Amino acid sequence: MVVKYDVIIIGGGVVGCMTARFLSRYKLDILLIEKASDIGSATSAANTALVHPGYDPVSGSLKAKMNVAAVPLWPSLSAELNFNYERSGDYVVAIGLEELPKLDELFERGKRNGVNGMHFVSGEEMRRREPLMNPDVSGALFAETGSICDPFGVTLAAAENAIMNGVTLMRETAFEDFIIQDERIIGLRTNHGDFGCRWAINCAGLYSDFVMHKAGVRPEFKITPRKGEYLILDRAEFQLQSVYFPVPNEVSKGILATNTVHGNAILGPTAHEQSDREDRANSSDGLEEVMEGGKKLIPAVEPRHVIATFAGLRAAGNAPCETPGVNYQHDFIVEIPSEVRGLVNLGGIESPGLSSSPAIAMRVIDLLRDAGETLKEKENWNPIRPARPRFRHMSYAEWQAVIQKDDRYGRMVCRCENVTEGEIVAEVHAPIPATSYDAIKRRTWLGTGRCQGGFDLPRVTHILARELGQSELDMTKKGPGSAFLTRLTKKVEENDD
Amino acid sequence: MIDQTYDVVVVGSGPGGLAAAIAAKENGAEKVLIIERDIELGGILLQCIHNGFGMEIFKEDLPGPSYAQRFIQQVSELGIDTLLDSMVLEATPQRRLYVTNRAGGIRTIDTKALVFAMGCRERTRAQIRVPGTRPAGVYTAGTAQRWVNVEGFMPGKRFVILGSGDIGMIMARRLTLEGAQVERVLEIMPYLSGLSRNYVQCLQDFNIPLHLKHTVKNIIGNKRVEAVEMAAVDDQRRIIPGSEEVILCDTLLLSVGLIPENELSRQAGVQLDSLTSGPLVDSYFHTNVPGIFAAGNVVHVYDLVDWVTGAGREAGRGAALYAMGKLPASGACIAVRAGNNVRYVVPQRIDAQVLEQEPISLQFRVSRPIEAPVWLEAAANGNSVTRRSVFYARPGEMLNLPLKPEMADGLRGAKEITIHVNER
Repeated sequence: MVVKYDVIIIGGGVVGCMTARFLSRYKLDILLIEKASDIGSATSAANTALVHPGYDPVSGSLKAKMNVAAVPLWPSLSAELNFNYERSGDYVVAIGLEELPKLDELFERGKRNGVNGMHFVSGEEMRRREPLMNPDVSGALFAETGSICDPFGVTLAAAENAIMNGVTLMRETAFEDFIIQDERIIGLRTNHGDFGCRWAINCAGLYSDFVMHKAGVRPEFKITPRKGEYLILDRAEFQLQSVYFPVPNEVSKGILATNTVHGNAILGPTAHEQSDREDRANSSDGLEEVMEGGKKLIPAVEPRHVIATFAGLRAAGNAPCETPGVNYQHDFIVEIPSEVRGLVNLGGIESPGLSSSPAIAMRVIDLLRDAGETLKEKENWNPIRPARPRFRHMSYAEWQAVIQKDDRYGRMVCRCENVTEGEIVAEVHAPIPATSYDAIKRRTWLGTGRCQGGFDLPRVTHILARELGQSELDMTKKGPGSAFLTRLTKKVEENDD
Repeated sequence: MIDQTYDVVVVGSGPGGLAAAIAAKENGAEKVLIIERDIELGGILLQCIHNGFGMEIFKEDLPGPSYAQRFIQQVSELGIDTLLDSMVLEATPQRRLYVTNRAGGIRTIDTKALVFAMGCRERTRAQIRVPGTRPAGVYTAGTAQRWVNVEGFMPGKRFVILGSGDIGMIMARRLTLEGAQVERVLEIMPYLSGLSRNYVQCLQDFNIPLHLKHTVKNIIGNKRVEAVEMAAVDDQRRIIPGSEEVILCDTLLLSVGLIPENELSRQAGVQLDSLTSGPLVDSYFHTNVPGIFAAGNVVHVYDLVDWVTGAGREAGRGAALYAMGKLPASGACIAVRAGNNVRYVVPQRIDAQVLEQEPISLQFRVSRPIEAPVWLEAAANGNSVTRRSVFYARPGEMLNLPLKPEMADGLRGAKEITIHVNER
């Protein structure tokens, strides 16, 4: 093994990238590998985009501990990493009197979990705060620490900051197996060769069971992907004031209606288990279920308000909670297992995984310290990841100053979401270059509006090809195998006459 | 920031915008500007390289770019200003525009009269909620048309086309000529949504099967489309279980309707008709906001470009008159209503005093097809004002009924006029 790292992080979702960012503070050679063509393109890109206050997880579970520990970290993290984050508060809404006792249960659980800033809101007050709310609302539980964020933006910002601080990222690099010597992991095999390491960190999300089994750890642990389907509503037609959960059911937090940092409201998710780890297809039944669920809270919502649909997969596991006396079978795993040395093992990081990610990263650091790693801080560690200019967040005068430095910021490519050529070019040449249409879309939100890319698609592939120095025929939606175009059209024959 | 002032500014340079700018200049507006987001004038006509344009106005059968060029030539000869590669970011009710481009960045433009001519956007997959995966290979027909006809790229090898809109049928022929395989055209309705002539010339002549009352139930493939599952629907457009059939293909094109592009109009306070998704207008295509006019497909979806040109001329003339303070003040307003088997009518209001001076053309579409001779009839105060007969009425083909100055008498005192389409 020619190349040797101190730490290799397997998986570039929000947990892997956040772990890389927090670990980049220390004098370690770190490699972050991601099998897809972009980081954060699976579960981290397709979820409800919320930071939960922590009243929902079972008291005593690692989920509850991580979630509650992470909540106070988010405001400073957002200030350092410059991602979109807004502490809007959230509501659990009781419809009809029979649902009211559920709010008391959640309130009590929240108190047990250590959640601050919860109070009850009357039905009348709820209707005043959200005019679109179901008039049968009987009351709501408000939690002031509930927040909305751009989850892909969080992942990207964390990864970029990690790279700024010396972490190496390899995309399209898939974990295949561990190299184990004397019950110690000394490296791993990937489709791009072998890499040596002293520590491997399993942040493989939907594939975390596959990874840990390769190290002989927790053979009984199994990921059962749970699909969540969503509808995105046109902000021109429909805007919500905050985040509204129904009272939760046995399986999930139910189908909620929430505003987003984009301004478009979303409805969802469903919660249906499946065996396939890549199938993110939308179904008629699923979309119908989302619409029905959304109508329970917001009766005015109609199919014609929908501008996009998507589905994500939760990496749901079956790890029992390790706190004595707590009977819960779907807890997070964040551990250094005894079966093998050199592995920090994570698994079952489903919701509230995004919310918990900074606390999980800090717990990984604690575990490494406990295992005897002398983590020495870098003198020049820079926690700030600068934001790139976004037209949508600036006034005309501010934007004009940006255009005067680079006139490509003057050309609008996406009319619906106001994304300029300059913003696209900047993403292609960013620390983690955007190399596909979806990568550009996730970074800039281009193509997410009313026309869904109908106007911008040929223009973006053109810009992308030019900036990458490649043919437009090689431009893809989401990496290898997803090219948009197949060949040139027939050439007109030259006429010599 | 640069600040400019104009008499008439036209946003968009498709056939409606070009005609409006030319008419504005010809009717006395001195300073006229066209703002276009693409790098050249002509709008979607530039990607419509098929023929069939200009039969009424030029008595010639022209391809889209040639048709556009005749007007572009006039724009140049008349000394109309153009601002290309420029996007209007915002329009205010006071007719101030914020525009951005690479040359100079953001500028403001104030104008005495404003003509919106942004045309349409295509309905998307999400709006018709086609389930399935989200791979490469699902495009609107217009996006594919741009790739093939303007950029010179083929977006696939084996196609299924959902929707029998005109662009979809024209692309079925175009792709076939380029050597691609077009497996099916599926239409959820029991009738064609585009022009009958396109069905004959683009599908029948090339042996491309059209399946009415069919839709796409599922898209298959994670990275690139691998197949679509088609299914028959019943009269309520519900999928008939057991009718599913998987068709191997790498591309699904959507030709499922056009929506007038009115985001700027909304910002400027223009009231929209929920049936057309375009502004409520009078016979000058004047909106509810004084000095703001609308030209062509931004008002409602036309099927023949000559009609778009005609509508653009009216809007441009109205804008010039407004800019010069010569537009007749609105007198007694008569609401135009959709009656039997009529989905909508444009204009939505007319002025009896204007009708005394000049004819007014009412444009409308039927709700359901009648394959038999029909009367197109306008009625007011319980009496027929005028009627004419046509051989059939189909939702895909716009109808019109001219009102003549001599009919103004019959409309005296009327609050509304209603358009009916009844079988003879």
